[in-house]
Parts: sequence; C-alpha cells; structure tokens
Amino acid sequence: MPELFHRKLERSAIGFVLAIIAAASVGGIVEIAPLFTIDETVEEAPDMRVYTPLELAGRNIYVREGCYACHSQMIRTLRDEVERYGPYSLAVESQYDRPMLWGSKRTGPDLARVGGKYSDFWHVAHLINPRDVVPESNMPAYAFLARTELRTSDLGQHLAAQQALGVPYTDEMVANAARDAYGQAFPDSEAASGVSERYGETTQVSAFDGVATRLTEMDALVAYLQVLGRLTDAAFRDTAATEQAPDAED
Amino acid sequence: MIGKLSSTERQYAAVVLVMLLAAGIGMAALGRSDTLGVHGLLVILFAGGLLYPVLSGFYEPEPTEDREASYYDDPIKVGIVLSMAWAVFGMSMGVWVAAQLAWPDLAFDAAWSTFGRLRPTHTSGVIFGFGGNALIATSFHVVQRTSRARLAGQFSPWFVLFGFNLFCLLAVSGYLLGVTQSKEYAEAEWYADLWLVVVWVTYFVLFLRTIARRREPHIYVANWYFMAFIVVVAILHIVNNLAVPVSWGHAKSYTIWPGVQDAMVQWWYGHNAVAFFLTAGFLGMLYYYLPVRAQRPIFSYRLSILSFWGITFFYMWAGSHHLHYTALPHWVQTLGMTFSVMLLVPSWASAGNALLTLNGAWHRVRDDATLRFMMAAAVFYGLSTFEGSFMAIRPVNALSHYTDWTVGHVHAGALGWVALITFGSFYTLVPTLWNREGMYSARLVEVHFWLAIAGTLIYVFAMWNSGIIQGLMWRTYTEDGALAYSFVDSLVAMYPYYIARAFGGLLFLIGAVVCCYNIWMTVRTVPLAKRLESDVPAAVALPGE
Repeated sequence: MPELFHRKLERSAIGFVLAIIAAASVGGIVEIAPLFTIDETVEEAPDMRVYTPLELAGRNIYVREGCYACHSQMIRTLRDEVERYGPYSLAVESQYDRPMLWGSKRTGPDLARVGGKYSDFWHVAHLINPRDVVPESNMPAYAFLARTELRTSDLGQHLAAQQALGVPYTDEMVANAARDAYGQAFPDSEAASGVSERYGETTQVSAFDGVATRLTEMDALVAYLQVLGRLTDAAFRDTAATEQAPDAED
Repeated sequence: MIGKLSSTERQYAAVVLVMLLAAGIGMAALGRSDTLGVHGLLVILFAGGLLYPVLSGFYEPEPTEDREASYYDDPIKVGIVLSMAWAVFGMSMGVWVAAQLAWPDLAFDAAWSTFGRLRPTHTSGVIFGFGGNALIATSFHVVQRTSRARLAGQFSPWFVLFGFNLFCLLAVSGYLLGVTQSKEYAEAEWYADLWLVVVWVTYFVLFLRTIARRREPHIYVANWYFMAFIVVVAILHIVNNLAVPVSWGHAKSYTIWPGVQDAMVQWWYGHNAVAFFLTAGFLGMLYYYLPVRAQRPIFSYRLSILSFWGITFFYMWAGSHHLHYTALPHWVQTLGMTFSVMLLVPSWASAGNALLTLNGAWHRVRDDATLRFMMAAAVFYGLSTFEGSFMAIRPVNALSHYTDWTVGHVHAGALGWVALITFGSFYTLVPTLWNREGMYSARLVEVHFWLAIAGTLIYVFAMWNSGIIQGLMWRTYTEDGALAYSFVDSLVAMYPYYIARAFGGLLFLIGAVVCCYNIWMTVRTVPLAKRLESDVPAAVALPGE
C-alpha cells in the first residue's frame, strides 16, 4: 500500500529530503543536459564574430541598466513578429551571450535586430531623452551615459574571463582590448585600424556619440545596439517558414 | 538578546562577525576601484553594527533559565519585523516603478532612479525581503510547534536571519549601484550568491536538526513543504548562479551558461523560484496557520500527499513554457507545456484541500478577517495556478508572452496568494508570539483585508486588459495584409491601464502600512499574565520515538 510507505517516509527526515531531491531532479536533468550536445542548439555559424571590447562594454551597460526588463532580444517564430522585427532569432546568434538577454517582457519593442535600423545620431538623441524623438515613449532618460567616461582599463580582464569560458577571443584581442575599445570610437585615430584587423572589415568604426574627444558609456552602448543581430547573417539564410499566430475563430 | 546566549555562543557570534568583518575589509581593499569596494564597506558596517551589541553584552551573566522548557521565539519576532519593513520598502518601490511607466519623468537625472535599476529592487525587495523573511520566521515557528521541540540552536537562527538580510541588502543596494547579473530574480552578483549558499546551508542544517529532535513520530505536512522549499531553492540557486568573476576585485561576473543553455537554466530557475520559494514555502504556512485559525483539521491527508509530490515532481519540468516559439528546441517547449498543464492537478488539490478544511468554519470566515485573508489566498492560489497552466499552452502563450498579462498573472499570485497568506499568518502569529489576547484592532485587520483585495483586483484587471489588448494589437493585420499597428500605437493604448495599475498597487501598499501599525500597537499593549500551558515543548520523549 502506497500510503503505508508514505507513513514510513514521514518518520525519517533524511529519507524525506532524499526523496524530495530525487523527485525534483528529474525534470531539470531531462530538459537541460541534452541542450549541450544536440545539433539544434550548438549549430555552427562559421562567419560569426565575437563582440568587440567596446560592444562588450556596451552590452555590460545594457546588463547593468536592466534594459532586459522592458526589451526582449528574441524574435519568436510567429509571422507577425518576423514582419515587425525581422527573421526569427536562432540559438547560434546568442552562443556568446553571457547572460542571454532574451527578456520576458516588451514594454518597449524587441531589439534582437535593431542594429543598423537607426543612425548613431538617432540612438544618442533617443537615449538622452526618448521623448525628444518618440513623444509617446515611457522609456527612462539615459543622459548620464553621455556624461560618464567609459572604464577601459579592465576590458582585457573582461575578455580574458570570456576567453576562459570558451568564447573564441585570441590572446591578441585580450592584450589590445582597451586600445581597440578606443579605436572603434575614434575612426581617425591610429588605434582604429587594429579593430578592423582583429574583428573584421565589416565592424563599424564610428564616433558613436558624435563627440570625438572622449570615450563615454554612450559610445559603448550605441556600438552594442548597432551590432545587435549583425554578428552573423545565419538567420537570413535557409530557415524554416514562420507560423501564423493561432486565431481563436479558426 | 545577547543575555540569552551562553558564553560559548557569544564567542561563536563574535568569531563569525569578526570573520565577516574581515571579509568586508578584504572586499573593500580588493575592490577599491570598483563597486565591489562599496559593498565591502556595507559588509563592514553590517558586521560592525552587529558586533557592537555582541561585545557590549559579552560579559553579562550567563542565562539561568531552562531553555528546553520553552520555544525559541526571539528570532521569529525579529523576522516578522524585518519582513514587514521589507514589505513596505519593496511595495513602495513597486508603486514607484509602476508610476514611472505611466509618467516616465518621475525619476531623478541619475542612474540609480531609472526603471531598469529600480525594478529589481522591487522584485527582490518583495520576494526575498518580505517573502523570504516571512518564510524564515514562520518556518521557525511551525517547525517548533509541530515537532513540539525547541529550535536546534541558539546562535544559528540568528545567523540565518541576519545572514539572509545581509544578502537582501547586498542585492538591493547592488541594483541601485548597477551591480546585477540581469538574470531575472537572480540578479545578485557572485559574492552575494556565495554568501547566500553559506546562509542557506546553515538554514537547512538547523531545520533538519530541529526536525530530528521532534517529539512527534511523524513529520507534519507543513514541514514537508518547508523542507522542499529549503532543499530545492539551494539546488536552483547554485546551478543558476554558477559564474566566473572578472577578477577578485570586480563585482561583475560572467555566467558559465551561454545563450540558449542560459535561457533554459534561467527559466528552470525562474519558474521553480515561483514553485519552491513562492509556492511550497507558503503552502507550508497555509497547512499550519489555516487549520489553527479555523480550528479544523486539514480536510484530507491523502490529498496533501498527492499535491505535495505532484508539485515537487511536475514543477521542475515546467520552466521551458517561458520560452515558447523561441530558439529553444521544440520538444523542450512541448515538455514544459505538458507538465504545466498537469500541474493543475496537484495545485487544485492543495487549493481544494485548504477550502474544504474551512467546511464547518465558514461562519468564522465571515466574522474573522484574519481567516478570510487565508481563504482569499487559497482562492487566488487556485485561480492563478489555473491561469498559469492556461498561459503555458503554446497558442495562448503566443498571445500572452511579452505582454502585461504575464505581469498580471504574477501579481495575482504574488499579491493574491503569497502576500495574503502571509498577512493571514502574521495576524495569527503576532498575538501568540507576543502573548497577547488578539491583534490591537480587529477593525484595522478588516480595513487591511479590503484594501488588499481591492488593490489586487484593480491591479490584475488592469493588467489583463492591457496585456490582451497589447497582444492583439501586435498581431492585427489590415485587409491588405500589413500590420495594423505600430509598436508605439500599442504603447499609447497602455497608459490608462498603467495608471490604474499604479493605483491598485498603492492601495495594496497602504494596506501593508496599516498592518505594520496594527502589529506595532499590538506589541505595545499589555501582555497576558500567563503563557498558554500548551505552548511549550514536550518534556518527555513519546514512546515509539
């Protein structure tokens, strides 16, 4: 009788705890462990590049400011999402993302493919006061980013930590992290050429915040926003058709 | 408080606090050019602030009373006070961020007051600060009474309580400083996470040792839930927070989980934080305080077993329903959906068990607002678990995901279930603990009840409306097959609901303030002359132990 067994189990604290651990472990093991091996989640995108130090710094600002609370970076496989935001997101596109920033709420629009959609100038104006460019917006103003100098001295350590976790940063990239961050936001400087050498010709080198005298957090965040969805073009090649959102009347 | 510790225990306390102080100094030194240094200072202040009373009471005379002759209630009292303080803080932050969505200029021109930084202070403040302290306090109370044994430690309950609150402080102050992992409900950085592991293991050992001392042959059902809460939260917390710090001098870390794996681990954690923090622990409260207050035994023992193991087993599969139609493999989404739907069975078994326990005591529900808090909590628990299973179905999720509907659902659970059961439990617990005849004002309990119900309903209805409108606008096509609304159109349609939601939240916050006042006044009234004779640990071991 199962109840008799349970009466026994209730008499042993250790036995009860072990039973809880056993019951609670199954689901996680079945759902998480296979994700590290099956092809679907660890597909290859040979053309994919890593974030430059400036973009990574921008990503860390995005993380720090909690942007994920209102912006997703995950276009679902639904027709209306693909028409609104672009091709649906693939697993490979966030393979270097720690943490992933798929988000869970869209108080603002999805940002998975916002890169290149607006000019640098628009982004800066929008971040300084969103209501200057979108009067109906309820996004906070991030004017302080333009006032805050970007901390670059430890960017090498950031890249090294990512390298230790398996992100393919070369030792050269780690050694030149601070220089590359500077170079990417100062197109006329000597450091600029190193960025294209190490991260590819298509990497955007630009005075992101429009001020070519100092490197600010605004530079970094805009550099990051401009690369969203553009690390690989895998999502634009042979993917499956999207789904029509189900309709209650069907 | 110090007078109740023996000299050895005072030494323990002093040694632990000096070690914590040293850790704080280490953090301040290593992280002097980073936000880690600020947190080092916070740890120094915290440890120093506690060290002072320990050292100044160090040579007080040893306690003479027979400790085993009474329950250990001091940490519970402090836990309730801390819980209510966090409730007011966390809910105030909630009202502020809700108002920011309606009126975005309600912020200072400074980083700390932006929505993105304030929002986790609200979520962590209410979940961990209010909920966590309430769980620690009530679990200490329930385990002693249902085991008829005193807590298995004099110093460790304090360590668990204050250690947990240090974690909460580090977490919440960190968000304001820009220290966050941006993992929902696990935003605190690596050093705070490590500290929480130490605290949590102590909590687990303390709880288990107390159960081992029980004078009852069987472990009561409320304690099953508290055990599941403690054990599984430890597993979730450790796995989800595995990370590599940039250096020992950096607050920032990078999680070891990349991209899609991180998404799965995060929502396995996120959903089971709901399951084992916000459900299992609070069901522990329900299974003790509801029958006590209703003066009726739990309706069905078999239903308790069914719902306990159902919740423990099924919930862990359900997290992937947060990732429908995403880059997560389809079969994992389907598993998540399937188990989410099956979860309705144990969830409704619990809710039904609670409501059927009230059979024969409905006149008390009518007259006693405290019991009504718990009845309403069980109803909201049933409603929000139904809603959760419903929203986990893929096609429904296509509409609800990313919208305010999710926010409404969470708050139906958090306000309607978690907060109401906590208030009901506190109103039962406070007079017992402080040995008073009842709460200072039954009227104010009544006022609080209606404020809480009105606030919850306004909140939830506002979010249902906004969420469904939002979801429908995003997918509406014109006759020529073009999207009918821009994103901004959908945002403009949200403003009235955002105002209503902030108002609902404000009512709920006012209710919590009323509760604080009522508790404070209760503590200030004259205690009863004598403690209830039944409210002491069993002196002799029962046969068969």
